[in-house]
Amino acid sequence: MTMSATRTPASADRPRDGEGAAPAVPSPGERRRAARRQQLVAWLFLTPVTLYLVLFYALPLWRNVDLSLRDYTLRSFITGGAEFVGLDNYREIFTDPTFPTALWNTVLFTGLSLVFQYSIGLALAVFFFRRFPLAATLRALFLVPWLLPLLVSSSVWAWMLNSDSGVVNSFLQTLGLDPVFWLTSPDWSLVSVIITNIWIGIPFNLVLLYAGLQAIPGEVYEAAALDGAGRWSIFWHITFPLLRPVSAITLLLGLVYTLKVFDIIWVMTRGGPGDSSTTLAIWSYRLGFGGGSPELSLAAAVANVLILIAFVFGLFYIRAQRKALRS
Amino acid sequence: MTRSRRAVTTVIALILTAIMLFPLYWMINVSLTPPHLLRKDPPNLVPIDATFAGYDKVIHEQLPYLGTSLIIGLGTVALTLVVAAPAGFALAKLFPRGGSTLNFVLLVAQMIPGIIMAMGFYLVFNEWGLLDTIPGLIIADSTLAVPFGVLIFTAFMMGIPNELIQAARIDGANAWRTFRSVVIPVSRNSVVTVALFAFLWSWSDFLFASSLNRGGDLQPVTIGIFRYLGNNTQDWNAIMATAVVASVPAAFLLVFAQRYVAAGVTAGAVKD
Repeated sequence: MTMSATRTPASADRPRDGEGAAPAVPSPGERRRAARRQQLVAWLFLTPVTLYLVLFYALPLWRNVDLSLRDYTLRSFITGGAEFVGLDNYREIFTDPTFPTALWNTVLFTGLSLVFQYSIGLALAVFFFRRFPLAATLRALFLVPWLLPLLVSSSVWAWMLNSDSGVVNSFLQTLGLDPVFWLTSPDWSLVSVIITNIWIGIPFNLVLLYAGLQAIPGEVYEAAALDGAGRWSIFWHITFPLLRPVSAITLLLGLVYTLKVFDIIWVMTRGGPGDSSTTLAIWSYRLGFGGGSPELSLAAAVANVLILIAFVFGLFYIRAQRKALRS
Repeated sequence: MTRSRRAVTTVIALILTAIMLFPLYWMINVSLTPPHLLRKDPPNLVPIDATFAGYDKVIHEQLPYLGTSLIIGLGTVALTLVVAAPAGFALAKLFPRGGSTLNFVLLVAQMIPGIIMAMGFYLVFNEWGLLDTIPGLIIADSTLAVPFGVLIFTAFMMGIPNELIQAARIDGANAWRTFRSVVIPVSRNSVVTVALFAFLWSWSDFLFASSLNRGGDLQPVTIGIFRYLGNNTQDWNAIMATAVVASVPAAFLLVFAQRYVAAGVTAGAVKD
């Protein structure tokens, strides 16, 4: 958005099929030939990405669907063959007691992360929008958590939340509170990973919402101020409604990304204790790669359920983005 | 705002930033704390008796991991640029039929949860003999960056004036030459942005590394840290020292390439 806003008013999504043929060519026949030539050249430039999408997106995705419909065992690795079992794997995961837990944890993890990331991000965006010394530098520093490898941030939080030696419990104790078994109690493990995920997601929300605030013309505020509106009512009646398209994009993108969070939970709790912090992504990974005998077919079935959910919200996101670009 | 109120706002902002960045401070603090003080209650808020033993361990045990991550990162950058830059040029300037469909496919592609890609790659790589190899991880990691890269290049190259491209044509340059000698040089900023993010995401990847390179000789640094975590001894001093070193690319990005970072976050608004 920044780049296209400063450099070009055009959007990346505008349909432009057949819209700008080569510069004027005399006869219709020649023109047609030139147009065909241009199409050929265009698709030559698109060949690498097309091949790439087929080989490294479509093929693995297809193999994943295929895998979920077969009974793939360790022996299948060597022989290559696996029995076709139809929807058996799906039946098995839907009746597994872990399924409702993992689904509910996914909803909680995603929902709570989004609510807090967004509201804290928005509050910070509005705060940093005021002009004060060091504002730009400090805003940039807020980006750091987002740039760190997830494995790094999750390890740091795991140690900070350590029940015996963690700095968080030590702080709670100085306040006279009881220590919390953050990562080892089934009541707190999900909360712990959610807190960590919120911390990681705040910068992303801050940056997008800040860009949204910048896009609101200053005259709107001036007019409101002339009408004697207070700061709070300006926020509720002007800023917030005008920010709606950006908010929708931020939240939906956040949702799609939160659905796939894996590293944080795997490093901090491995989905445990029990299934208390197991989401669909974690469950799928644990089935396939978590040690013990790999249940790749079941893992693929869980993953396909996850992708369906992601797709539904992904389509909402694309619609919101189109709408925002049109307005 | 009056001067004093602005000063107060700055102070509040400093406090907020300090709270936000506390985990980073804590990482550095623990990385310098001698192991026998790690379990002290309450923990030392500043590294008393600072030790570099953790960093010493990093140099002795983690260098191969760091080197592997570096190679995989550079490979991912190269692959991403080669695939994404021509695509961006075509979508922005050559009006291919079906271009908007391709755009849509790319938008959808970047929403696919990594675990699904990991599973699919596992089977495909098993057949191709790419499991536990560096090329395998380069391919897998590049899927994090290619859709984003095409998006950035398209957005940026749309801003290149048509006159510039026509002028090259009139001088007798064909499309490839125009792309190479006119479009790429003026798109330097977007090349840097895409390269930085491709590197950073590949450097940070843990999911692909832990599923597609489980037994290889050359594993990236995220696996190095995870190994430490899996040890029963859990030497947090060394873990945090490795974490600090693994954060260097991010810090570098923020200090030297901040404008590219902000552009990247908002332009594609993608990351997992």
